[in-house]
Amino acid sequence: MEPAAVVTLIAVVLVILALVVYLVAVILELRKITAGLDAVIESVGGIVSKSKPVNGVVESINKDLSAGTDLLEGLLEKKAGKDDAAGLVESVFPGAGAAVLERQGRTGEVKNIDEVYTRGALQLARLGRESPLGAGPVSGAALRDPTNSSTAARSLYSHPGSPVADEPGGPSHQPRSPTIGAEAPADGDSASDKSKASDGE
Amino acid sequence: MTLWWIGNVVLLLVIVPVVVILLRGVLNAAKATSGTVDALRPVAEAASKDLDAVELLNTTQEQVSQTVAVVANYGGSLDTILEDA
Repeated sequence: MEPAAVVTLIAVVLVILALVVYLVAVILELRKITAGLDAVIESVGGIVSKSKPVNGVVESINKDLSAGTDLLEGLLEKKAGKDDAAGLVESVFPGAGAAVLERQGRTGEVKNIDEVYTRGALQLARLGRESPLGAGPVSGAALRDPTNSSTAARSLYSHPGSPVADEPGGPSHQPRSPTIGAEAPADGDSASDKSKASDGE
Repeated sequence: MTLWWIGNVVLLLVIVPVVVILLRGVLNAAKATSGTVDALRPVAEAASKDLDAVELLNTTQEQVSQTVAVVANYGGSLDTILEDA
C-alpha cells in the first residue's frame, strides 16, 4: 500500500473517531436534558393546573368589589351630593376623587373637604343618643358655636390632628371617626363628654 | 501523487480540526443546556408550591361576597337613618 493511501486512511479514521466520540457525548447530554425536562414539565403542569381557576375567581372578586364600590358611591352621592361625595373620597384616598368625578361623568376640580366634614359630623352627632347635637333636628338654627364651629367639630374626633404635622417633626394623624354615641370611649375627648360635663355644672 | 499528498495535508490540518471544533461546540451547548434544565427544576417546583395558596382564593371569593352583602345591608340601614343631601 502506498504511504499516501495510509495517511488518507488514518485521516479518515480520525474524523470518524471524532464524530463518534463527540456525537455519543452529545447524545448522552441530550438524554440528560430530556430527563430534566420531564421532571420540570411535571412542576409546570402543576403551575398550569393550579393557576387555571385564578382568572375566573379574580374576575368574580372584582365584580363583587365593583358592585360594593358602586353601592357605597351611590349611597355617598345620595347622602352627601355629587360634589361632596367626590371630595369625601378624595379626603380619604388622595387622588381617588377624580376617578369618582369621572364615574359620575363629570370633570373639574374635586371639592376640598378639609379635615372635618361638618355636615357628616352633624349627622353622626345627631345619631348619638346622649349627644346634645343630636337633641335637635339637622335643619333649623345652628346647634354649634358659630364662632368656634371648627373647634367643636374637631373635638368630636379622638385624634384632632391633621395629615400635616402642626409643628415640624410633630405627630400627624388622619382624622378618625367621631367618638360619639352610647359606645363612645370614656376617655375620649368627644364633644358629648365635654357637653355632659358642662351640663352637669 | 502530489495532489494526493496535498489532499492528505488538507484533510489532517484543516478538515479534522474543523470537525473537532464544530463537534466540541455542539457538545458544549448541550452541556450548558443540561445545566440550565437542572437549575430550572427547583425553580419550577418552588413556583408550583407557591401556587398552593391559590385554592384559598375560593375562600376569599366567598368572604368578599359575604362582605359585600353585609355592606349592602349596612348601606340600606344608613340610607334609612341618614338624611339625603
